[in-house]
Amino acid sequence: MRDQGKAAAVASDLPIPVAHQFDDARQQHEAAAMGMWIFLATEILFFGGLFTGYAVYRAVEPQGFHEASRHLDLLLGTLNTGLLLTSSLTMALAVHSAENGLRRPTIGWLLTTSMLGLGFLAIKGYEYAHKVHEHLWPGPHFVAPPDASRGFEQFFVLYVSMTGLHAIHMAAGLLVMWVMVIILWRSRHVARHSNFVEMFGLYWHFVDIVWIFLFPLLYLIDRS
Amino acid sequence: MSVVSPAPPLRLKESYLSVSFTIRSWLLSTDHKRIGILYLLSITALFLFGGAAAVAMRVELMTPQADVVRAEVYNRMFTVHGVIMVWFFLIPSIPAVLGNFLIPLMIGARDLAFPKLNLASWYVFMAGAAFTLWAIVRGGVDTGWTFYTPYSSTYSNSYVMLTATGIFITGFSSIFTGLNFIVTIHTMRAPGLQWFRLPLFVWSLYATSLILVLATPVLAISLGLIALERLFGFGIYDPNKGGDPLLFQHLFWFYSHPAVYIMILPGMGVVSETIACFSRKAVFGYKVVAMSSLAIAVLGFLVWGHHMFVSGQSTYAGLVFSLLSFLVAIPSAIKTFNWTATLYKGQITFATPMLYALGFIGLFTIGGLTGLVLASLAVDVHVHDTYFVVAHFHYIMVGGMVMAYLGGIHFWWPKMTGRMYPEGWARFSAILVFVGFNLTFFPQFLLGYLGMPRRYHTYPAEFQVLNVMSTAGASILGVGYLFPLTYLLWSLRYGPRAESNPWNATGLEWQTPSPPPTYNFKETPVVTEGPYHYETGE
Amino acid sequence: MWDFPLFPESASNLAGRVDAVYFALVLFMAVIIALVCFLVVFFSVRYRKGSRHNRAMKPASALVELVWSIPLFTVALGIFTWAGKVYFDMRTMPDSALQIYVFAKQWMWKFEHADGRREINDLHLPVGEAVRLTMTSEDVIHSLYIPAFRVKMDVLPDTYHEQWFTPTRVGTYHLFCAEYCGTEHSQMRGRVIVMSRGDYQEWLAGRGIAAGNEVLGEMTGADLLDHFRCLTCHEAGGAIQAPSLTGIWGRRVPLSDGTSVIVDEQYVRESILEPQAKVVAGYPPVMPTYRGQISESQISQLIEFIRKSGVNRATAETSPAPVDGNVGGGQSDTGERK
Repeated sequence: MRDQGKAAAVASDLPIPVAHQFDDARQQHEAAAMGMWIFLATEILFFGGLFTGYAVYRAVEPQGFHEASRHLDLLLGTLNTGLLLTSSLTMALAVHSAENGLRRPTIGWLLTTSMLGLGFLAIKGYEYAHKVHEHLWPGPHFVAPPDASRGFEQFFVLYVSMTGLHAIHMAAGLLVMWVMVIILWRSRHVARHSNFVEMFGLYWHFVDIVWIFLFPLLYLIDRS
Repeated sequence: MSVVSPAPPLRLKESYLSVSFTIRSWLLSTDHKRIGILYLLSITALFLFGGAAAVAMRVELMTPQADVVRAEVYNRMFTVHGVIMVWFFLIPSIPAVLGNFLIPLMIGARDLAFPKLNLASWYVFMAGAAFTLWAIVRGGVDTGWTFYTPYSSTYSNSYVMLTATGIFITGFSSIFTGLNFIVTIHTMRAPGLQWFRLPLFVWSLYATSLILVLATPVLAISLGLIALERLFGFGIYDPNKGGDPLLFQHLFWFYSHPAVYIMILPGMGVVSETIACFSRKAVFGYKVVAMSSLAIAVLGFLVWGHHMFVSGQSTYAGLVFSLLSFLVAIPSAIKTFNWTATLYKGQITFATPMLYALGFIGLFTIGGLTGLVLASLAVDVHVHDTYFVVAHFHYIMVGGMVMAYLGGIHFWWPKMTGRMYPEGWARFSAILVFVGFNLTFFPQFLLGYLGMPRRYHTYPAEFQVLNVMSTAGASILGVGYLFPLTYLLWSLRYGPRAESNPWNATGLEWQTPSPPPTYNFKETPVVTEGPYHYETGE
Repeated sequence: MWDFPLFPESASNLAGRVDAVYFALVLFMAVIIALVCFLVVFFSVRYRKGSRHNRAMKPASALVELVWSIPLFTVALGIFTWAGKVYFDMRTMPDSALQIYVFAKQWMWKFEHADGRREINDLHLPVGEAVRLTMTSEDVIHSLYIPAFRVKMDVLPDTYHEQWFTPTRVGTYHLFCAEYCGTEHSQMRGRVIVMSRGDYQEWLAGRGIAAGNEVLGEMTGADLLDHFRCLTCHEAGGAIQAPSLTGIWGRRVPLSDGTSVIVDEQYVRESILEPQAKVVAGYPPVMPTYRGQISESQISQLIEFIRKSGVNRATAETSPAPVDGNVGGGQSDTGERK
């Protein structure tokens, strides 16, 4: 299944194996990068449905959204934003290390990234538990304050759906990251896997960017 | 397309079919050709299942009263028919079967860019199908394939969640396939194969793939929100909880209208190939036809609101969506006229794929033009949600897509299997399908303008004669579909062996042996000319 | 056996106009389909393999595409404009019309005439008079469709949708639910009975013609104002200040959040069910919701009452004054907010 002898013809410093369907490593890398970008485009559309819902309901019920947003914990939200932005930095360092064939730093930065990601999920989980406790988790046990405007519950429906979908993406990312760490641990040649690390880096940055939109839309309504 | 180094003939042993005969070698194959065959088998089975539901519906509709099944059962049958046919037959049909098989061959590649992802897409597809079939076995779902809220999210007592899960999962298979095609067409073309030397089939699948990757996620999220509402009582669509049921319609049609183009664009690609081959001429206005596929893909995303002219959306929004819907007809009209112009001064022969292609032109023209009736605001108010709509989209989906699919299967059958199908039987059944189809669906236009609403289990007596005609046509159509199933299976064993290029067609796929070896080309071909380099004067 | 219709009856002012657009479209389609089919067959025969016709041709320019596409598209655009105009007129409600409220529920239609008379699945109308249907659903989405009138509009829960038409021919016509709404969707049918004006008056007076129909004498709007003690607040001398209902219909009123709203069906309905959503500027947000206590039909009665003339002072003055103190604030029987 490996390399039909085409890769050898290409001058390349890196001993990257080329799958049989590709002519050379450059074509393989080009295909992988493009595939990842298209995948991210589908992800944007996936979140796009929720953002549309948010735009519609917020336009119709600005007051309810304003009130509901005040029930979110700004401190925890900001802390999480910090964690995620830092994890993007460490992810970028992991990609950089992998491209330079540095095995231990790659693994180290990946583990740091995953710790930051875990921290984010832990805080998110705490926030969720708090919302359930306050009866602000949408569904049959939801209790709005007596003076709440229309749209109050809709805000929490969207809050949970959007941050929940984001958290699922984080969790999936963490799983992939740990698999990657195990692969790198066993492998001698980090550079063979630098494509993988780089593509995963794109995904991780995407997940960060989604949060960068979620944070102001959910936590920062009219907070001036 | 002429090729500098035509592949030397291979012995049959080296074909992709004969490298190994174990079941394992099929189920774990990453060969795009074998995966295409896996899809062919799966969607044929699902087509028969969806078709059986249609037969049962047509039998019920022979009389105005309820006499064969109860209302609950009837509602489940039309839902099953819609769900299976849309997501488990039409959407994967040409892309996943013919596209998988042919794209690498047509662009001179050894495989798709991501062969493992391709195999994964089939497994994901089967998992989605399994969920949906399980839902049907447990008692079915009665929301219609459109899953309109709040009926689907709050009121229906059927297996909405299981079915939606099945469709959600299958969506990933569409995304994987589309992603794979786009990357493959971008990065893996043979040397010299510039964009405007690509066959129109590849162009049409490129446009299709764009829609697959951009529209499918929106369907996933709208079904996901229904799930949250049913499972956890979130109120995103439920008006009693402050939600808006129309949001679902917007999100659903933002996917499902482009999905209509997922279903028809590949058919247009097949027709372009067969008409060129059997007229011995290049497709008239090649670049315009190629670009019109992209135009359809882009405009297709902007017309979803024409499904909602009577839903209470604003009058001005209605006007805009109506105008855009008229605009999207232009690229389709261009294609139709260019196919017709391709025939002019050709050397026309009438093999079965050509009969299907000519039938496609006629039926697609009717289907497309009746789309203008539905895009015309005032008239749509009358015919919306009636049998007129049913007839319109069956002219596109069955008269267009299924005819093109059958034409394509016949055209590339020698390449896929190395055997010729029996021409006489095939022509006979092509004509049978054409006649049966028109008898089934033309009366439905009349029923629709008369005012018979769709999804009606019983109906006023004066609609009966037209319904009986439609049922009679459906029985002819059903027989017409069973013929190819029989003789194509027969040909696998008894059909004459096919040469590498039985139609004397251009195109890289005909330069490899039939059936092709696993890696398609011994040497990567070098392309020096555009497609359809036919000599007219021969 | 062969005596079956191929074209629907035309029985409203809109039917002829819709049909005219449709016939234009059919003509347009017929010309194109005939042309395409003729060319396909003609070329197929003339240029079949081996025929002796000349195959020499000049290379065609892409301008050929424009030659046929521009005229066709111009015609299509004309049809678009025409159909849009008719649609626009369908959606523009007439100034005065016979007001009918429609309540859809799985799987029946309830109609309520302005005088409170109710019918189920049958709708009696006079010929030649504009009719406005104000429609809402009590559960899922339905769609009220009268083929002979060429009108259709979805009926949504929690929202009013309107459509109008003028019946032009006496007769009995089908009324269908066109939006799939569950098990007995195809049984959600009714009849529209268009009567001559004389017969209609007779039907209004007696109840003979409508035998078998549910025609109920119910509380009128004035009775309801009384029943729910609306005027306790909504009159100048009320215990708690609230906007007067007199002559408010159709006026634009300022709201506490700085915007304004026109008093129409949707606003009155919302104010009864969600009083805090849009509070008139200068008034305290104290009105309780009546969700769960008032039926859709009663809401429509109140709307009708406010629409006609504002509140009838005579009724208001002669009605017994509220004696129970806590009814004035209405706080004790506040429905649970949803």
